[in-house]
Amino acid sequence: MTTDTSAKPVVPCPLIDLRKVCMAFPRATGTPLAVLSDIDLAVREGEILGLLGRSGSGKSTLLRIAAGLMKPSRGEVIYRGAPLAGPTEGIAMVFQTFALYPWLTVLQNVELGLDALTLPREQMRRRATAAIDLIGLDGFESAYPRELSGGMRQRVGFARALVSDPVLLLMDEPFSALDVLTAETLRTDFIDLWTGGQLATRGVLLVTHNIEEAVLMCDRILVLASGPGRIAAEIAIPLPHPRNRLDGAFRAIVDDIYSTLTARVTEAIGAARGLHGGRVQALPKVSISRMLGFLDQLDSTVFGGEGELAAIARRLALSTGELLPLAVALHLLELAELREGGIKLTAAGRVLAGADLEQRKRLFREHLLRFVPLAAHIRQVLEERDSHDAPRARFELELQDHLTRREAEQTLETLITWGRYAEAFEYDDRKRTFALESAS
Amino acid sequence: MSPVPSHRAGVLPLTASGTTREVSREVAAFVLVLGSLIAVGIAARGMLAPIGSMPLAISLSPAALPGYTLRTIARMLAALCASLLFTLTYATWAAKSRRAERVLIPVLDVLQSVPVLGYLSFTAAFFVALAPRRALGAELAAIFAIFTSQAWNMAFSFYQALKTIPADLDEASRSVRQSAWQRFWRLEVPFAMPGLVWNTMMSMSGGWFFVVAAEAISVGSMQIALPGVGSYVAAAIAAHDLTAVGYAIAAMTVAILLYDRLLFRPIVAWADKFRVEQTAASESPRSRVLEILERSRLIGLIGEPLKRTLARVACARVTFPSAARGVTSWLAPPEWLAGALWYVLIAAGGGFAVWELVLHGSATFSRDDLTAVGVNGAITLLRVIVLTVLASLIWVPIGVAVGLRPRWTAFAQPLAQFLAAFPANLLFPFAVFFILRFHLKPAIWLSGLMILGTQWYILFNVIAGASAYPTDLKEAAASLRLRPGRWWREAMLPGIFPYYVTGAITAAGGAWNASIVSEAVSWGATKVSGGGLGAYIAERTLAGDFPRIALGVATMSLTVTSLNVLLWQPLYRFAERRTRLG
Repeated sequence: MTTDTSAKPVVPCPLIDLRKVCMAFPRATGTPLAVLSDIDLAVREGEILGLLGRSGSGKSTLLRIAAGLMKPSRGEVIYRGAPLAGPTEGIAMVFQTFALYPWLTVLQNVELGLDALTLPREQMRRRATAAIDLIGLDGFESAYPRELSGGMRQRVGFARALVSDPVLLLMDEPFSALDVLTAETLRTDFIDLWTGGQLATRGVLLVTHNIEEAVLMCDRILVLASGPGRIAAEIAIPLPHPRNRLDGAFRAIVDDIYSTLTARVTEAIGAARGLHGGRVQALPKVSISRMLGFLDQLDSTVFGGEGELAAIARRLALSTGELLPLAVALHLLELAELREGGIKLTAAGRVLAGADLEQRKRLFREHLLRFVPLAAHIRQVLEERDSHDAPRARFELELQDHLTRREAEQTLETLITWGRYAEAFEYDDRKRTFALESAS
Repeated sequence: MSPVPSHRAGVLPLTASGTTREVSREVAAFVLVLGSLIAVGIAARGMLAPIGSMPLAISLSPAALPGYTLRTIARMLAALCASLLFTLTYATWAAKSRRAERVLIPVLDVLQSVPVLGYLSFTAAFFVALAPRRALGAELAAIFAIFTSQAWNMAFSFYQALKTIPADLDEASRSVRQSAWQRFWRLEVPFAMPGLVWNTMMSMSGGWFFVVAAEAISVGSMQIALPGVGSYVAAAIAAHDLTAVGYAIAAMTVAILLYDRLLFRPIVAWADKFRVEQTAASESPRSRVLEILERSRLIGLIGEPLKRTLARVACARVTFPSAARGVTSWLAPPEWLAGALWYVLIAAGGGFAVWELVLHGSATFSRDDLTAVGVNGAITLLRVIVLTVLASLIWVPIGVAVGLRPRWTAFAQPLAQFLAAFPANLLFPFAVFFILRFHLKPAIWLSGLMILGTQWYILFNVIAGASAYPTDLKEAAASLRLRPGRWWREAMLPGIFPYYVTGAITAAGGAWNASIVSEAVSWGATKVSGGGLGAYIAERTLAGDFPRIALGVATMSLTVTSLNVLLWQPLYRFAERRTRLG
């Protein structure tokens, strides 16, 4: 695998080496839930390695294992030739939520990054000020985080991580809490520092769910598949910095990753359908109005019922994290079909897009009960019971045998929204029970 | 694609177990409701009984204890209703009228810092005079004591909520032309509900302390012993009976747990639906009792007409006829004149009070009285400070250690809340017994009793703070490998500071109140006094020396109010400002 064309020399010894790492969290009921299985990952000298995956694929957990914040349940992490026992010198982290202490000023926050090095007061101040200048925060030293915009706050997060001159920088979706413009500026600034050789950092591990961001910044991308998280693909990006999103090679890579992702998604859906009649299929977090809005957009003359996901994402200004769940939802309901990085409305999907309100509901209900076995299952249980109601907990427990607690909850939340729209059943959140619409 | 799954693996057989469960649910609901009604009825009958038919002496037999406990519980309930009524009227008035607000809120502030047990002697004398032949007078005095320990706090919470109703909700209500009455029940009360319920629960937990203290009081020649857990303990103290004290502790434990399970937990779970946040909470409070009541058809059958009537009352368009409104507005003086009149009235009232105080005060009190109160006040102040600091040094590290471990928190938090609610005065006899037995110095060893019951507020607030400490900040601290000194100073302590201040305010305030029953105690005929303002008030009360009780109480109120204004309020504002991120 080749690294990029930047000036960093290629050295065979990795900065950090994760070997056969597994992670499982204990559950109240039954066997522990596997989040990561047999991950092999090494950040090499001079590269930015991207970890790309959907939410819940365990990528943040993986990053925390590399940071020494979590211990893997199996496997080992080798850093500087020895097993990693906890947070250590030379590894620094940038957080998605910035993780700034609100009661400390910018300067004090940055100085915290040097606390473990036990430097003399003066030297500490000098280095903190230098990091603040480097990241473009000069003038804000005495400001409190609440006085700063999101972009400025994350700059403090970067300064705090970089001030200790870490060998390895870990980034947990550092741009995802920022607006599009701010994120782009911060990304560019970081890449400038990186390629300009102004950082002591020798390698970066970047977690993201944004495909374009990964292609823009990384030299190599590992695509993580979920349930349990494992490496599904490895993609090298041999493009020189600065990269251009409109460049043909760039777009080809983005399309390629979309294809990989959609292939994994459709594969996973197929596998879930085989299990328990599909009743334990996880549903994405997608509201009715967004799904129907997306359907209408696809049906519009702009797309004419089909399109490449990468193009759709650009056109509708959606991130991968937003677009994929929508596409998966339509695919699950067989209103559209996902294939090789593209999506195409089915005949039913096109009819639904053109239908009036009543017809829409009827069609949606038909598809929900036919293609989401869990919906049919709930409906059946309700019909069989004399009281025509059933506690939510019962279905949640069934789901939890195969999904994480969060996924199970999410799946039911989605199903409740869809079921209410389709008028397939009613749900009382206070009693946490499902009921047939005829009851009460 | 496979259509609807036809196999039924995993579908539970529902019929048999389902119906049994439903029947048992009905029975449980019925028993709960009927049982509560009967219990209230029994207790209320006793309260209205003439003095003559009351048992003359408190029986120390454990068999009498359930009855006494029931009476104590009923007093709490009565006080709760009175506090609620007060809250809905007083706080509403303060929130709706600017002019009233300027007087009512400062008054509430002062009332909050007056030690409840201090003026028990006055209210007892007053209420007994109202109904001299019946137990009712003494009952009212006890209930009033509990009321004063709850009402101010609840009224404040309700007032705050009314003042912070989101403008959009208020505008929506006005745009559909709801009358003031409709808006009150449809918007204002529901909006204030979660905060009100929480505050009521907290006040209630303080109330147990006062009900125990208020059941057995003697002011001069007047002796009151209302049947209840408090007088049971008083009788046990008089009889040197430690075993009986143990029974009382057990009974009180059961009472507090029952209150929590049967009353507050269902209400908290129910009030959760009034939260304004649009996002669904990850963990909403649950209550088995509420679930049983809500799912029961029988309760639904009885409750439905009641609910409908209440809804109709809330919806009624209670408005003044426009003619009447026209007359009042014509009669009403212009705004500036009314404002001026109002201030003149307040100034006159305040002036009269000062005049009375100076006139009567200089005649009644000598220099020695003032010195005695001053010295005793200083002693108690020193105790409160030292004890609050000591309790903080112990409970802050423990609270942080517990709060950072979810598993410990789940276990420790309810325990700390229970301990805070448990009336510490039931435990005093044990401490006094040991002090006498080992000849310990009362001035030092009695001090500990002041904070015995209220130190838990520090613990559970710190636990709450530490468990709410943001995960990313915890991870950042670990990733940056902060050294212990800096971790405490710059990462952890500032994060829990607002919680700590809340806990410390409650603990210190409670300690002042407790000083009245803890600085001077007795065991049988032996009296032990540690000195201090609390002991001063307690001794004057026993002697029925009303002017000096008033002097002591006033001094204590003044000290507590000054501490609030000069120390706690600035500290709280500082804490809040510093930890805010947005």
